[in-house]
Amino acid sequence: MRTLIFRAIAPYLTALMLLFSIFVTLRGHNEPGGGFIGGLLAASAFALYGIAFGVPEARRAMWFHPISVAGTGLLLSAISGLPSFFRGTPYLTGIWTTAPVFHFDVATIILFDLGVYLVVAGAFASIALALEDNGER
Amino acid sequence: MSLSADFLWVAIHIALGVLSLAFLMVTWRVLRGPTLPDRVVGLDALVVIAIGFIATIGIKTGFTLYVDIALALGLVGFLATVAFARFTLSLQGKIQQQNDEQDEREENEGKGA
Repeated sequence: MRTLIFRAIAPYLTALMLLFSIFVTLRGHNEPGGGFIGGLLAASAFALYGIAFGVPEARRAMWFHPISVAGTGLLLSAISGLPSFFRGTPYLTGIWTTAPVFHFDVATIILFDLGVYLVVAGAFASIALALEDNGER
Repeated sequence: MSLSADFLWVAIHIALGVLSLAFLMVTWRVLRGPTLPDRVVGLDALVVIAIGFIATIGIKTGFTLYVDIALALGLVGFLATVAFARFTLSLQGKIQQQNDEQDEREENEGKGA
Protein backbone atom coordinates (compact mmCIF):
# COMPACT_ATOMS: atom_id res chain seq x y z
CA MET A 1 0.00 0.00 0.00
CA ARG A 2 1.44 3.37 -0.98
CA THR A 3 0.76 5.36 2.19
CA LEU A 4 3.53 7.58 3.55
CA ILE A 5 2.62 7.26 7.25
CA PHE A 6 2.19 3.50 7.08
CA ARG A 7 5.42 3.00 5.11
CA ALA A 8 7.33 5.17 7.56
CA ILE A 9 6.10 3.27 10.61
CA ALA A 10 6.05 -0.29 9.22
CA PRO A 11 9.80 -1.12 9.70
CA TYR A 12 9.71 -0.05 13.34
CA LEU A 13 6.49 -1.97 14.02
CA THR A 14 7.91 -5.06 12.30
CA ALA A 15 11.07 -4.87 14.42
CA LEU A 16 8.99 -4.38 17.59
CA MET A 17 6.76 -7.35 16.78
CA LEU A 18 9.74 -9.62 16.05
CA LEU A 19 11.41 -8.57 19.33
CA PHE A 20 8.19 -9.19 21.25
CA SER A 21 7.76 -12.59 19.56
CA ILE A 22 11.26 -13.66 20.69
CA PHE A 23 10.50 -12.40 24.23
CA VAL A 24 7.23 -14.34 24.37
CA THR A 25 8.90 -17.47 23.00
CA LEU A 26 11.75 -17.44 25.52
CA ARG A 27 9.42 -16.80 28.46
CA GLY A 28 7.15 -19.67 27.45
CA HIS A 29 6.56 -23.17 28.77
CA ASN A 30 6.30 -22.35 32.49
CA GLU A 31 4.70 -18.93 32.10
CA PRO A 32 2.20 -17.91 29.40
CA GLY A 33 3.83 -17.73 26.00
CA GLY A 34 5.76 -20.27 24.00
CA GLY A 35 6.69 -21.18 20.48
CA PHE A 36 3.23 -21.12 18.93
CA ILE A 37 2.11 -17.63 19.93
CA GLY A 38 5.63 -16.29 19.30
CA GLY A 39 5.60 -17.77 15.82
CA LEU A 40 2.18 -16.23 15.15
CA LEU A 41 3.50 -12.80 16.18
CA ALA A 42 6.55 -13.20 13.92
CA ALA A 43 4.34 -14.24 11.00
CA SER A 44 2.09 -11.21 11.51
CA ALA A 45 5.19 -9.00 11.58
CA PHE A 46 6.20 -10.29 8.14
CA ALA A 47 2.61 -9.96 6.90
CA LEU A 48 2.64 -6.30 7.99
CA TYR A 49 5.95 -5.76 6.19
CA GLY A 50 4.56 -7.48 3.11
CA ILE A 51 1.44 -5.28 3.05
CA ALA A 52 3.58 -2.13 3.43
CA PHE A 53 6.37 -2.82 0.93
CA GLY A 54 5.04 -5.60 -1.29
CA VAL A 55 5.56 -9.34 -1.18
CA PRO A 56 8.98 -9.55 -2.94
CA GLU A 57 10.47 -7.12 -0.41
CA ALA A 58 9.06 -9.17 2.49
CA ARG A 59 10.44 -12.39 1.00
CA ARG A 60 13.87 -10.72 0.73
CA ALA A 61 13.56 -9.58 4.37
CA MET A 62 12.98 -13.18 5.46
CA TRP A 63 16.25 -14.34 3.79
CA PHE A 64 15.04 -17.92 3.44
CA HIS A 65 11.93 -19.30 1.79
CA PRO A 66 9.14 -19.50 4.44
CA ILE A 67 8.61 -23.22 3.80
CA SER A 68 12.31 -23.98 4.35
CA VAL A 69 12.12 -22.01 7.62
CA ALA A 70 9.19 -24.23 8.65
CA GLY A 71 11.12 -27.36 7.62
CA THR A 72 14.16 -26.32 9.67
CA GLY A 73 11.90 -25.79 12.67
CA LEU A 74 10.37 -29.25 12.28
CA LEU A 75 13.86 -30.76 12.10
CA LEU A 76 14.92 -28.87 15.27
CA SER A 77 11.83 -30.07 17.14
CA ALA A 78 12.46 -33.67 16.05
CA ILE A 79 16.14 -33.46 17.05
CA SER A 80 15.19 -32.13 20.50
CA GLY A 81 13.69 -35.56 21.29
CA LEU A 82 16.85 -37.49 20.45
CA PRO A 83 18.88 -36.93 23.69
CA SER A 84 16.21 -38.86 25.62
CA PHE A 85 17.20 -41.86 23.47
CA PHE A 86 20.59 -42.00 25.25
CA ARG A 87 18.98 -41.65 28.69
CA GLY A 88 16.55 -44.50 28.10
CA THR A 89 13.53 -42.22 28.72
CA PRO A 90 10.49 -41.82 26.41
CA TYR A 91 10.91 -39.70 23.26
CA LEU A 92 10.73 -35.89 23.81
CA THR A 93 11.31 -36.12 27.59
CA GLY A 94 12.70 -32.79 28.81
CA ILE A 95 16.35 -33.29 29.81
CA TRP A 96 18.26 -30.69 31.83
CA THR A 97 22.00 -30.36 32.05
CA THR A 98 24.51 -27.69 33.06
CA ALA A 99 26.73 -26.17 30.41
CA PRO A 100 30.38 -27.12 31.15
CA VAL A 101 32.11 -23.71 31.03
CA PHE A 102 29.41 -21.07 31.56
CA HIS A 103 27.53 -22.87 34.38
CA PHE A 104 23.95 -22.22 33.32
CA ASP A 105 21.20 -24.78 32.91
CA VAL A 106 20.30 -25.86 29.40
CA ALA A 107 17.41 -28.09 28.38
CA THR A 108 16.07 -29.78 25.29
CA ILE A 109 12.81 -27.89 25.87
CA ILE A 110 14.15 -24.61 24.49
CA LEU A 111 15.21 -26.40 21.29
CA PHE A 112 11.69 -27.80 20.94
CA ASP A 113 10.11 -24.39 21.51
CA LEU A 114 12.41 -22.73 18.98
CA GLY A 115 11.45 -25.45 16.51
CA VAL A 116 7.74 -24.79 17.05
CA TYR A 117 8.43 -21.05 16.67
CA LEU A 118 10.11 -21.56 13.29
CA VAL A 119 7.41 -23.99 12.06
CA VAL A 120 4.56 -21.62 12.92
CA ALA A 121 6.38 -18.48 11.71
CA GLY A 122 7.34 -20.12 8.41
CA ALA A 123 3.99 -21.74 7.71
CA PHE A 124 1.85 -18.73 8.58
CA ALA A 125 4.18 -16.25 6.83
CA SER A 126 3.98 -18.46 3.75
CA ILE A 127 0.16 -18.41 3.86
CA ALA A 128 -0.01 -14.64 4.48
CA LEU A 129 2.46 -13.81 1.71
CA ALA A 130 0.71 -16.13 -0.76
CA LEU A 131 -2.64 -14.47 0.00
CA GLU A 132 -1.10 -11.01 -0.41
CA ASP A 133 0.57 -12.09 -3.65
CA ASN A 134 -2.78 -12.82 -5.33
CA GLY A 135 -4.38 -9.47 -4.48
CA GLU A 136 -3.40 -6.62 -6.77
CA ARG A 137 -1.42 -3.78 -5.23
CA MET B 1 -8.92 -0.04 53.84
CA SER B 2 -6.72 3.03 53.41
CA LEU B 3 -7.80 6.12 51.53
CA SER B 4 -5.55 5.43 48.51
CA ALA B 5 -6.89 1.88 48.16
CA ASP B 6 -10.45 3.22 48.34
CA PHE B 7 -9.66 5.80 45.70
CA LEU B 8 -8.10 3.16 43.43
CA TRP B 9 -11.18 0.92 43.86
CA VAL B 10 -13.53 3.78 42.89
CA ALA B 11 -11.31 4.80 39.96
CA ILE B 12 -11.15 1.25 38.62
CA HIS B 13 -14.91 0.80 38.79
CA ILE B 14 -15.58 4.16 37.12
CA ALA B 15 -13.11 3.17 34.38
CA LEU B 16 -14.80 -0.20 33.90
CA GLY B 17 -18.21 1.49 33.67
CA VAL B 18 -17.03 4.07 31.12
CA LEU B 19 -15.28 1.38 29.07
CA SER B 20 -18.45 -0.76 29.06
CA LEU B 21 -20.48 2.20 27.85
CA ALA B 22 -17.90 2.90 25.11
CA PHE B 23 -17.94 -0.79 24.15
CA LEU B 24 -21.73 -0.78 23.74
CA MET B 25 -21.72 2.45 21.72
CA VAL B 26 -18.97 1.24 19.38
CA THR B 27 -20.73 -2.11 18.98
CA TRP B 28 -23.85 -0.22 17.92
CA ARG B 29 -21.75 1.69 15.36
CA VAL B 30 -20.24 -1.56 14.03
CA LEU B 31 -23.69 -3.14 13.63
CA ARG B 32 -25.31 0.00 12.22
CA GLY B 33 -22.40 1.61 10.31
CA PRO B 34 -23.75 2.82 6.97
CA THR B 35 -20.56 1.99 5.04
CA LEU B 36 -17.78 -0.58 5.29
CA PRO B 37 -15.07 1.90 6.43
CA ASP B 38 -17.33 2.93 9.33
CA ARG B 39 -17.43 -0.69 10.48
CA VAL B 40 -13.65 -1.09 10.06
CA VAL B 41 -12.95 2.00 12.17
CA GLY B 42 -15.49 0.70 14.69
CA LEU B 43 -13.65 -2.63 14.94
CA ASP B 44 -10.36 -0.77 15.46
CA ALA B 45 -11.99 1.23 18.26
CA LEU B 46 -13.25 -2.06 19.77
CA VAL B 47 -9.66 -3.33 19.87
CA VAL B 48 -8.53 -0.14 21.62
CA ILE B 49 -11.35 -0.45 24.19
CA ALA B 50 -10.46 -4.11 24.75
CA ILE B 51 -6.86 -3.03 25.45
CA GLY B 52 -8.23 -0.55 27.99
CA PHE B 53 -10.31 -3.32 29.61
CA ILE B 54 -7.30 -5.64 29.83
CA ALA B 55 -5.14 -2.92 31.40
CA THR B 56 -7.86 -2.04 33.94
CA ILE B 57 -8.40 -5.69 34.88
CA GLY B 58 -4.60 -6.01 35.18
CA ILE B 59 -4.51 -3.16 37.69
CA LYS B 60 -7.51 -4.62 39.56
CA THR B 61 -6.06 -8.13 39.90
CA GLY B 62 -2.38 -7.10 40.15
CA PHE B 63 -1.19 -9.50 37.42
CA THR B 64 1.52 -7.72 35.39
CA LEU B 65 1.05 -10.42 32.77
CA TYR B 66 -2.00 -8.55 31.43
CA VAL B 67 0.30 -5.80 30.14
CA ASP B 68 1.90 -8.30 27.75
CA ILE B 69 -1.51 -9.42 26.53
CA ALA B 70 -2.49 -5.78 25.93
CA LEU B 71 0.77 -5.21 24.00
CA ALA B 72 0.22 -8.27 21.81
CA LEU B 73 -3.40 -7.25 21.16
CA GLY B 74 -2.28 -3.75 20.22
CA LEU B 75 0.23 -5.03 17.67
CA VAL B 76 -2.11 -7.61 16.13
CA GLY B 77 -5.07 -5.22 16.19
CA PHE B 78 -3.09 -2.74 14.12
CA LEU B 79 -2.31 -5.49 11.62
CA ALA B 80 -6.02 -6.36 11.43
CA THR B 81 -6.95 -2.74 10.71
CA VAL B 82 -4.27 -2.49 8.02
CA ALA B 83 -5.50 -5.72 6.43
CA PHE B 84 -9.08 -4.37 6.45
CA ALA B 85 -7.90 -1.14 4.81
CA ARG B 86 -6.09 -3.19 2.20
CA PHE B 87 -9.25 -5.23 1.59
CA THR B 88 -11.35 -2.09 1.24
CA LEU B 89 -8.89 -0.65 -1.29
CA SER B 90 -8.90 -3.79 -3.45
CA LEU B 91 -12.71 -3.98 -3.22
CA GLN B 92 -12.97 -0.37 -4.40
CA GLY B 93 -10.58 -1.15 -7.27
CA LYS B 94 -12.75 -4.07 -8.36
CA ILE B 95 -15.95 -2.01 -8.27
CA GLN B 96 -14.22 0.75 -10.29
CA GLN B 97 -13.04 -1.81 -12.85
CA GLN B 98 -16.53 -3.27 -13.21
CA ASN B 99 -18.03 0.19 -13.71
CA ASP B 100 -15.39 1.01 -16.36
CA GLU B 101 -16.11 -2.23 -18.20
CA GLN B 102 -19.83 -1.55 -18.10
CA ASP B 103 -19.31 2.01 -19.44
CA GLU B 104 -17.15 0.66 -22.24
CA ARG B 105 -19.74 -1.95 -23.18
CA GLU B 106 -22.51 0.66 -23.24
CA GLU B 107 -20.35 2.93 -25.40
CA ASN B 108 -19.66 0.11 -27.84
CA GLU B 109 -23.36 -0.74 -28.01
CA GLY B 110 -24.10 2.92 -28.71
CA LYS B 111 -21.63 2.89 -31.61
CA GLY B 112 -23.09 -0.34 -33.00
CA ALA B 113 -26.57 1.17 -33.07
